[in-house]
Amino acid sequence: MKPFLTVFLFLASVGAPLQAQSLKLLNVSYDPTRELYQALNPVFAAQWKAKTGQTVSISQSHGGSGKQARSVIDGLPADVVTLALAHDIDALASQRQLLPATWQQRLPRNSSPYVSTVVFLVRAGNPRGIRDWNDLLKPGVQVITPNPKTSGGARWNYLAAWGQALTQKGGSEAKARAYVTELFKRVPVLDSGARGATTTFVERGLGDVLLAWENEALLVSEGTGKGKFQIVLPSSSILAEPSVAWVDRVVQRKGTAAVAKAYLEFLYTPEAQAIIARNGFRPSDPKALKDAGSKFPKLRLFTVADPFGGWGHAHETHFKDGGTFDQITARK
Amino acid sequence: MPEMPLPAEGVGEPRWLRWTLTALALAFLLGFLVLPLANIFHAALSEGWRVFLASLRDEEAALAIRLSLTSSAAAVLLSTVFGLAAAWFLGRHRVPGHGLWVAVLDLPFAISPVVAGLMFVLLFGLDGWFGPWLDRHNTQVIFAKPGIILATAFVTFPFVARELLPLVEALGPEAEEAARLLGASPWQTFLRVTLPALKWGLLYGVILCASRAMGEFGAVSVVSGHIRGETMTLPLHIEAVYNEYQFGAAFACASLLSLVALVSLALKSFVAWRARRDREGT
Repeated sequence: MKPFLTVFLFLASVGAPLQAQSLKLLNVSYDPTRELYQALNPVFAAQWKAKTGQTVSISQSHGGSGKQARSVIDGLPADVVTLALAHDIDALASQRQLLPATWQQRLPRNSSPYVSTVVFLVRAGNPRGIRDWNDLLKPGVQVITPNPKTSGGARWNYLAAWGQALTQKGGSEAKARAYVTELFKRVPVLDSGARGATTTFVERGLGDVLLAWENEALLVSEGTGKGKFQIVLPSSSILAEPSVAWVDRVVQRKGTAAVAKAYLEFLYTPEAQAIIARNGFRPSDPKALKDAGSKFPKLRLFTVADPFGGWGHAHETHFKDGGTFDQITARK
Repeated sequence: MPEMPLPAEGVGEPRWLRWTLTALALAFLLGFLVLPLANIFHAALSEGWRVFLASLRDEEAALAIRLSLTSSAAAVLLSTVFGLAAAWFLGRHRVPGHGLWVAVLDLPFAISPVVAGLMFVLLFGLDGWFGPWLDRHNTQVIFAKPGIILATAFVTFPFVARELLPLVEALGPEAEEAARLLGASPWQTFLRVTLPALKWGLLYGVILCASRAMGEFGAVSVVSGHIRGETMTLPLHIEAVYNEYQFGAAFACASLLSLVALVSLALKSFVAWRARRDREGT
């Protein structure tokens, strides 16, 4: 017992104390935002320095959105969280009162400074002639999308496919179900995560269409796979609104409330919105979106709230054991 | 006991069987170990030396390497102190339930590293036993360096102890008793009598411990918090850059980690050889 106690006391004494006077922000975010915040952070730090004379350094942590929320609940000292789903930030409020339940009303546009949508990535020249959702059901076309049971991104893809069939003229639940059933017959492998699915499509060369986030698709088509892929925008898709919030309990203790709030408000400024557009996310400010020009063509967007009645309801109907996903894949 | 004649080489096995088994073992070794490992180095250099060096000099990579080195050093220190104490205690004292204690020593080997990491979350997380107390004292254990050191130390605890226990038992108390009778203090006895007899075993354990500590992924991943440039160890950094499509950088770092493994393997063989020579020499 004694060595353990000694070790424990030793570690407790060297434990990193959270210093109140140093301006250090920790931004706990999800996977695809790393490059975005790497571009945003120095701009904010320079602005804050000019305004207050204080030096602020911003650290980033990235991982699956749900896992990151769990870490903050377990004590990861995040000044701000910038997660994929409002639902994940709600968990910080409901499970441990780290911030008030009304956090989403504290910043403009439901605390979403940027949005994204699900698009198609096809091989260069679009050899299969894919223009819209119905083309995915052409004979011989293979579609790559991860498993909605394990991947958050895959759930968006699933709901995008379901929702476009449901919300178009003459659409119905029965038609949506028939469409998604047919679609999943064309999926050769169900990867467990979105990055895995991208690797399957890009590196291993499997499939004709990848269902992906617009920012991920832009990353591939303008970056690693330049010239080998192109993006096809369907006529309608789902709107994802990643949310941001400062964590009251942490910023109060660290004395970073003012700078954390300013950091998130900065995301709504024209300068930040332009950086957001450059990194492949859609600026939530309509004017900034228009300024970004042809990069983000207009399409008909629907949300998880309408027609799916929010994430809780969508999960019950589609993804829990025995939900529509289990039903349509069992029939295969 | 009458001396048994050694069987002539290969008696009982036809030659073809011996060759088939050898070929099988070699093919397995080549296909599952040598080729994949060589491929890591090949992939690391596929984009040229410049990219290779740049990805190791990258700020986040450099900080990850530094964190891996410092946390491994701390973990090795803890494991060595613990291992010496445990081996000496269990090897010298007939404590009740001796076998059980020895089995408990192996616990970190048997437990999945992820479970080990979650154990520390349960201890030091905000919901955990010590969480509220640490929180009141503004001290961060998990999602900071102390947590990474603890998790690494936990999974490497048995290495030194397991190496030393049989040596301590074989050494016996006679030499130490003689030293004490001749007037040496307990500390002198330890430094001049016990430690020299254990030195090769200790070194062997430390090398094993260090190479495992450098490579630990699961337990550290759970308690790290993944803060770039702060709580990312080298293995975590490799996974992160791989997932960001920076394959060249990922394999450059992976080859560095493989190199550490190869060096420790060489050191380990050297130490084993020296230990054997010392034993045969005396």
